Amino acid sequence: MEYFVIIISAIFVNNILLSQFMGCCPFLGVSTKVSTAMGMGAAVTFVMTIASIAAYLLQYYILIPLEIEYMQTIVFILVIAALVQMVEIILKKVSPALYQALGVFLPLITTNCAVLGVAVLLVQKELNLGESVVYAASTAIGFTLAMVLFAGIRERLDIEKLPKAMKGIPIALVTASILAMAFMGFSGLVK
Amino acid sequence: MSNLKTFTSGIIKNNPVFVLLLGMCPTLGTTTSAINGLGMGVATMCVLIFSNAIISLIKNLIPSKIRIPAFIVVIASLVTVVELIMKAYTPDLYSALGVFIPLIVVNCIILGRAESFASKNGVLASMLDGAGIGLGFTLSLTIIGSIRELLGSYSIFGQKLIDTDGILIFVLAPGAFLVLGYLLVIFNKLTAKHK
Repeated sequence: MEYFVIIISAIFVNNILLSQFMGCCPFLGVSTKVSTAMGMGAAVTFVMTIASIAAYLLQYYILIPLEIEYMQTIVFILVIAALVQMVEIILKKVSPALYQALGVFLPLITTNCAVLGVAVLLVQKELNLGESVVYAASTAIGFTLAMVLFAGIRERLDIEKLPKAMKGIPIALVTASILAMAFMGFSGLVK
Repeated sequence: MSNLKTFTSGIIKNNPVFVLLLGMCPTLGTTTSAINGLGMGVATMCVLIFSNAIISLIKNLIPSKIRIPAFIVVIASLVTVVELIMKAYTPDLYSALGVFIPLIVVNCIILGRAESFASKNGVLASMLDGAGIGLGFTLSLTIIGSIRELLGSYSIFGQKLIDTDGILIFVLAPGAFLVLGYLLVIFNKLTAKHK
C-alpha cells in the first residue's frame, strides 16, 4: 500500500518536472521530438534508479557512520558523475544496441539536476532502501511521461504559425504551464 | 575586452536567464516570492564568483582530460560552504529554498562559465565575469519572483499591498512557466526592435 502511494505521488502528484522543476534543462532542450524524449527518459530512468541505490548506501553506510553528512553534496555529485561514466562503459560492452539508443543522452545526465535532486530528496524523506528505489524509478517514469507528452505537443507547435517573439522556448514554456495545470488535477489523489 | 565590458555583458547582453536560457530549474523552482528569488540569486552569485576565481587560479595545474570532474569538485565544495553559511545565518531562507541549494552544483551557468571563461582568463577578469553573470541571474530571479509574488499574493518582499488573497495560480507551478514564458516574449520583442 505504501509503495502504491509513493508511485502515484511521484508520477502524478509531485511530478518532478511539472511541480518540482527539476530537470528543466533537458525538458526544454531535448523535448523537440517524441523519439528523443523517449530516449532521454529511458536513460534517466536507468541512471536515476541506480543512483538512488548508490546514494542510499553512501548516506547510511559511509556518511552517517563517519559523521560527515555535510559532505553529502560533494560525494553525491562525484558518485553520480562516476556512475554515469561507468554505465556508459558497461553498456557499450554488454549491450551495444541499448548503448546506441541511449548513448548520446548519457553524458547529459550528469548535469541533470533531477538525478542529484532525487538523491538528496530520498535522504531528506528518510526512505528505506526499497522505498528509495521505488521512489526513484517512479519519479523517473513521471519525468519520462512529462517529457513525452510535452514533446508530442511541441512537434505540433512547430508547424503552427506563431508570432515571431513567441517562437521556440517562450511558447514551450506557456505550453508547459498548461500541462502543469493539467497535472495539478491529480493533486487530490494523495494527501 | 576591458574589465568593465566583461562585467556588464553578463547583465543584459549575455543575461543567463533571458538570453542564454541556462539555469532554468532554480529560475522556475525558487521564484515563488521576490525574497526567495533574490536569495537564490545571491547564493548562486557567491558560488559563481569564487568558483571562477579558484578555477582561474588552478587552470594550469589541471590536466585538460579531467578538468570537468575537477571543476565539479571545486563547485561542490563552494556550494557546501554556502549551504552551511545559509543554514547558520538565514535559516528561513534555507528551508524555503530547500533542495535547490545543493542543486546549485548542477546549475549549468556555473560549469558553463568555468569552462568557457575562467579556464581561459585571469583571476580578476574571471571574478568580474562571475559577478556580472551572477548579477544578471540575481536580477532576473528577483524580477520573476516579484511578478509572481505581486500577482500571486498581492505583496512585494513580504509587504502586503492589497489586503485580499491573490491569484493563487501564480505562486503554484503553472505560474512559474507562464510568467517566464511571457517575460521571454517581452524580452524577445524588445531586443528585436533594438536590432
